[in-house]
Amino acid sequence: MKKLNHKGYYFIAPFFAIFLVFNIYPVLLTFYYTFTRYEGYGKPEFIGLENYTRILTDGYFLEAFINTWKIWGLNFALQLGIALFLAALFSDLRYRIKGIGFFRAVFYLPNLITISSVAILFNIMLDWQHGSINMFLMKIGLISDPINWLNEPATAQISVALILTWMWFGYTFIVLMAGVSGIPGELYEAALIDGANRWQTFVHITLPLLKPIMLYVMITSLIGGLQLFDLPMLITDGLGAPEGSLNTMVLYLYNQAFRYNNYGYAATIAYALFLITVLFSVVTFRSMYRTNAKKEG
Amino acid sequence: MKTEKKSLNVPVNKQGLKKKRSFSRKAIYTLLILLTLISIVPFYMMIINATRENQAILGGFSFLPGSALIENYRTMMDYVNIWNGFKNSLIVSVSVTVLSGYFSALTAFGFAVYEFKGKNLLFIFMLLMMMVPGQLGLIGFYELNNAIGTLDTYIPLIVPAIASPFVVFFLRQYLSTTLHPSLLEAARMDGAGELKIFHTVALPIMMPAVATMSIFTFIGSWNNYIVPLVVLFSPEKYTLPVLMGFLKGSQVATNLGSMYLGIAISVVPIMVAFLFFSKYIISSISAGSIKG
Repeated sequence: MKKLNHKGYYFIAPFFAIFLVFNIYPVLLTFYYTFTRYEGYGKPEFIGLENYTRILTDGYFLEAFINTWKIWGLNFALQLGIALFLAALFSDLRYRIKGIGFFRAVFYLPNLITISSVAILFNIMLDWQHGSINMFLMKIGLISDPINWLNEPATAQISVALILTWMWFGYTFIVLMAGVSGIPGELYEAALIDGANRWQTFVHITLPLLKPIMLYVMITSLIGGLQLFDLPMLITDGLGAPEGSLNTMVLYLYNQAFRYNNYGYAATIAYALFLITVLFSVVTFRSMYRTNAKKEG
Repeated sequence: MKTEKKSLNVPVNKQGLKKKRSFSRKAIYTLLILLTLISIVPFYMMIINATRENQAILGGFSFLPGSALIENYRTMMDYVNIWNGFKNSLIVSVSVTVLSGYFSALTAFGFAVYEFKGKNLLFIFMLLMMMVPGQLGLIGFYELNNAIGTLDTYIPLIVPAIASPFVVFFLRQYLSTTLHPSLLEAARMDGAGELKIFHTVALPIMMPAVATMSIFTFIGSWNNYIVPLVVLFSPEKYTLPVLMGFLKGSQVATNLGSMYLGIAISVVPIMVAFLFFSKYIISSISAGSIKG
């Protein structure tokens, strides 16, 4: 055991000083605002739990909650599906697919690009009449009339989900491959010898052993997904158009605070979002853990 | 008994599968190339369209470049000075990366080397706060900067980087496996002060881990949108992501070629950097996810 040495405080002091001022204090201040009506000037007016009763009955917040889940859910299902399929291909001993380094890098590329640039890029490319995407789809004969992607709630949500999939499947693939590379090769060899087919190998070896890493992917993706902001903010008018279908929780928070000056209510949205995130992370974690325990037990 | 089976059966199996396999391999490579195209083509179209005239872009689709690059550039620069945004982003991201790297190393060193009262409590507290999403304190953060007069400056974008819990956590884990106490004792025998020991012994040891974290810190800061959007008001101070939003709402938006060029300028440097760092970045993601 090392002896106590107060010098340690000097080393961690700058971190905690800044942490307190720029991190802890704002979080506490925001909590205080949840009990107030505050429009950015004058003094915050204490109103008790009014913001909390408001958020529970606010149809726009509920809508934002549902939109966020729809977009995240579709995106995550697709992204995980593609990544798992790719991981299964690349881990299959019988295929011996070459060029994993190249494919990983290329698939990851969209993830690196500033989301605001991606949003504006797709804002132009998804244009109804002049967008490259409609022009291309019509040229190859996949569609005969242009689709007004960003003008219909359903297609707008699908577009955003697909863009997210495009941005994230490479990352998820890399992470899953890291998990696959941790699976002992003898297991696959043994399966090969025992005559297991691809599907059996995948379901009985790859999938169960990837569970912890899939949990990691799911929780990080969920936390990021619930904070979806840049893309819906910039791909249409910043208010959630068309028909509020791209109004996500953080976009709603941002607009309540910095467009309508309802700081008190925006603070309440922030805390609601935090609670939702914690709740769903715990639920995800527990359900994954429980199915694991059942199988082992 | 298994080994015997292995040496006998595998070659036979392979022979039997050969015909079927070569067909599905073709299908797999086709699929992979398709995914590659999907990943790249939007960027390719962006670069191609950046060189085409507005009328040509409105008129139809092309995989071949046009000749309006310079014209598009002039139109864009008439309204929005994108290089200024570039410079601002660079100032912010480099400062953030340096501060976060240095102070996280300092904090990690404090946690790894010394024993002091409340150490574990502080560390756990830091880890808990790591889980809190950035948006939670956004309103309070804005009001804080409003109160201390730092709105529309880079201070709220740069200074908070001194406290980067995740980097501290990562570096502490790294130090606990790489820094041997005897190294510190030797330096103390030579009469070096604690801060000097940190600079001459510990920091060099941590450098590879600091570099790994720096890549992600830099990218994160470079791509950050909501915080600069909230705290910056003057267009000449905008960082690139905020400037992109500004570009969309400006006169430039009527000229698609110029828009594409603006987006391309914001995107291409990161793509070029990725060419050099891709192996490093990808192996870091893999390593992080296994530990995490």
